Amino acid sequence: MVAGYNTISMGTGRKEFHPKKPRPGLEEYIKEAGQGVLKQIGGAENVDEAVIGNFAATRFNKQGNMAAFMPYIDAGLRYKPAVRVEGACGSGALALATGIRSVLAETADVVLVMGVEVQNTVKAIYGADILAAAGWAKDRKQGHAYYFPGKFSDRAKAYQEKFGKDKPREAMAQWYVNAIENARLCPTAQEYHNVSDELQACGMMNPNPRGFVDSLNVYDCSKVSDGASAIAVVSEEGLKRVGIPKSEAIEVIGMGQAEDDITKAPDDPTILATTREAVRKALESAGITKEQLGTVECHDCFSIAGILAVEAIGLAPHGGGAEFILQGNTKRTGMIPFNTTGGLVGWGHPTGATGVHQAITIWEQLTGKAGDSQIPISHNRPYGLTINMGGDDKSLVSIVFKRAE
Amino acid sequence: MNYTERLSNVAVLGAAGKMGSGILLLTALEMVDLSLKPENKGKVFVIHAIDVSSEALVGLMRYIRVQALKAAEKKTVQLRAAYADREDLIDNEEILRQYVDDVMLAIRPSTNLEVAYNSTLIFEAIKEDPELKVKILTQLDKNNPGKPWYFTNTSSIPITQLDEKAGLGGRIIGFHFYNPPAVQKLVEVIKSAHTLPEVEEFALQYAKNLRKVVVPSADFAGFVGNGHFMRDALHGISEAETLAKDVSLPEAIYMVNKVTQDYLVRPMGIFQLIDYVGVDVCQYIMSVMNPFVKDEDLHSDFLDKLIGQGVLGGQYSDGSQKDGILKYEKGRPVGVWNPDAGKYVMITNFQTSGDTRLGALPASFQPWKSVAFAGRKEEMLTAMFNEIKSMDTFGAKLAKTYAKRSKEIGLKLVSDNVAFTEKDVNTVLLTGFFHAYGPINNYLD
Repeated sequence: MVAGYNTISMGTGRKEFHPKKPRPGLEEYIKEAGQGVLKQIGGAENVDEAVIGNFAATRFNKQGNMAAFMPYIDAGLRYKPAVRVEGACGSGALALATGIRSVLAETADVVLVMGVEVQNTVKAIYGADILAAAGWAKDRKQGHAYYFPGKFSDRAKAYQEKFGKDKPREAMAQWYVNAIENARLCPTAQEYHNVSDELQACGMMNPNPRGFVDSLNVYDCSKVSDGASAIAVVSEEGLKRVGIPKSEAIEVIGMGQAEDDITKAPDDPTILATTREAVRKALESAGITKEQLGTVECHDCFSIAGILAVEAIGLAPHGGGAEFILQGNTKRTGMIPFNTTGGLVGWGHPTGATGVHQAITIWEQLTGKAGDSQIPISHNRPYGLTINMGGDDKSLVSIVFKRAE
Repeated sequence: MNYTERLSNVAVLGAAGKMGSGILLLTALEMVDLSLKPENKGKVFVIHAIDVSSEALVGLMRYIRVQALKAAEKKTVQLRAAYADREDLIDNEEILRQYVDDVMLAIRPSTNLEVAYNSTLIFEAIKEDPELKVKILTQLDKNNPGKPWYFTNTSSIPITQLDEKAGLGGRIIGFHFYNPPAVQKLVEVIKSAHTLPEVEEFALQYAKNLRKVVVPSADFAGFVGNGHFMRDALHGISEAETLAKDVSLPEAIYMVNKVTQDYLVRPMGIFQLIDYVGVDVCQYIMSVMNPFVKDEDLHSDFLDKLIGQGVLGGQYSDGSQKDGILKYEKGRPVGVWNPDAGKYVMITNFQTSGDTRLGALPASFQPWKSVAFAGRKEEMLTAMFNEIKSMDTFGAKLAKTYAKRSKEIGLKLVSDNVAFTEKDVNTVLLTGFFHAYGPINNYLD
């Protein structure tokens, strides 16, 4: 993969954002991200096909047939194949997987892969209705007003009942602190402008069940975001065609995909079992161990999901994720830095774009293009891992990357 | 008749007015919330919105629709539970729309007073005119066989007078909302000499359910809020008139307005507040209060003159400020009325000379909006007033006199037994007028 491009993750927190003023829409984000990639790969004529990941433009923007926005980026993409894929918040990595399969099948050498979502078209309380479609529609009536925060609040509650109240709470707060500290180093991050000197206190704030959910506060949650991310998935042949040296590309070493039954509640809410399975497959297909991972982009739609991801990867035992985080292991200076540009909590979560954004962050880190966010990548731990999740641990894609040369 | 039964058939008089519309909204929401309780399923709740203007009632219904949705959005978590048995309502959006529909279905707009003849609770928010209020209350009570209870929103007329003249036998209480009722947390509750204990008990429960801060006031014209505000305003007018011996009256008004807003850290200067309430409303409230006060004359020739010139202030139906003593652009004062010339003078004409005359603001100055909600509010105010105390500028002197007078007014309300405690006076100014601190304080001692 090469030539990633992220737009700003727009929403509350950004200075440019004003809920009552007009903002860019799908068209602007798609065009900006698409052209951002095309510029790096020598133009649209080098592209064989395109994939766009998007969750819910049909409702957020009353827009379907998203693949037809690909030629809107550049007339050079007219009449080329394009497809839209959807797997809720995991749409971005599903788009990547689709592009990767096409390259592996040798039906394409250069695939433009994009993810996009524009969510600030409705108030959060109505956005919650739309996002609830990532769960089983027949479960919506029983669900919380804020459906997904409700689901992960239930997981947090179960985790705290099983492993104690305080340490997980502190770890969730620490997760928030890490996310904001990382986001402050990345100019496209939604929390880039965050100057609060009370991050820890914010993270420790008591949940407010009357207005929100039982076991999470608002700082535990990812943001409502608008944005697009795009990257080129290329074969070795394709890399030559676009004229980019191998040293500026990352290689997909392994990939794990896993799907679980949307109509079923988790067997054990304190475990992300599908995530665990996807990561296992990814590491296995890459032929590496978790000890060789230098950095991880995990799907922290909620801080509790960050703790559970640490355990799903196997970095800590069941119930040990909180302690692992509190020891500083996931900080940018820690043993295995997580979400180095802020993750979903700090960088933002334009749902359909997130999986692509994660891959771009890994690409930046492994090729030394991360700017102020750059972390050192050691020879012992040269691999990057992404975990992108759709729904409540339902649609999973995990990918292992390494610098191509 | 229990709390719920009392609220099953309500009427609001003057429903399309600024106060009436807020009272209607809050009461309709409370009624619909009651109707959603399992024990009240199937019961009918009706609220009559009565106003003389058919046109205004149309605007009222639009206002209610918008505000009811906003209120619903804030309590979606509760509403999902309340509509849990409605299997057809799944998304938040469907539930919130149903709630708004239920609110609209409870409201019956009308221009006929007769519809209130079988109401059990009647809110009165008509013009602040004692004779008109007595006339309407008398007519209603004569024709309503159910011995209804009356909540009057008067801000100045003694409740005992209304009670006795309309022959209500204690079925009335003063329930004075602050403007706008949907936002302001304060209500002054005033018993007449005869108010029945069950009326008061209901009033307090209703206030609690609406999450209002209740300050009881003695039944003395103007009560606590206007008791302070009218005297405070007269002081401001008098200071400006004195100052006008040296500078033009518009410049003097500008200076006093600035001192009351900036030096005294208030949300708006005193002349802007008079405009906000309405120049004519202020004059009228003073005229209602004046016969009841001894040793004082609550009256202003200045306000009379302005009203004669058609300078009225008040607000447009969308809540924006009309021109009054000050002229406004986007809600900010840009000019001052010159009564002698009969026109506005732009502030830019005398701003520099006025500011120079006042002298520099204290170094620790912070505007009201940075102070009122700050965690370090006490610290900020202490620092600023300490500085003002030691300052010798003209602005600081005006501020000191003004704050002293404001405190004096507050203390007199307590010594005259209008307010029951000093804290009550401060609560009224803090919550009803959004001041950053109460007038009875020791900052300048």
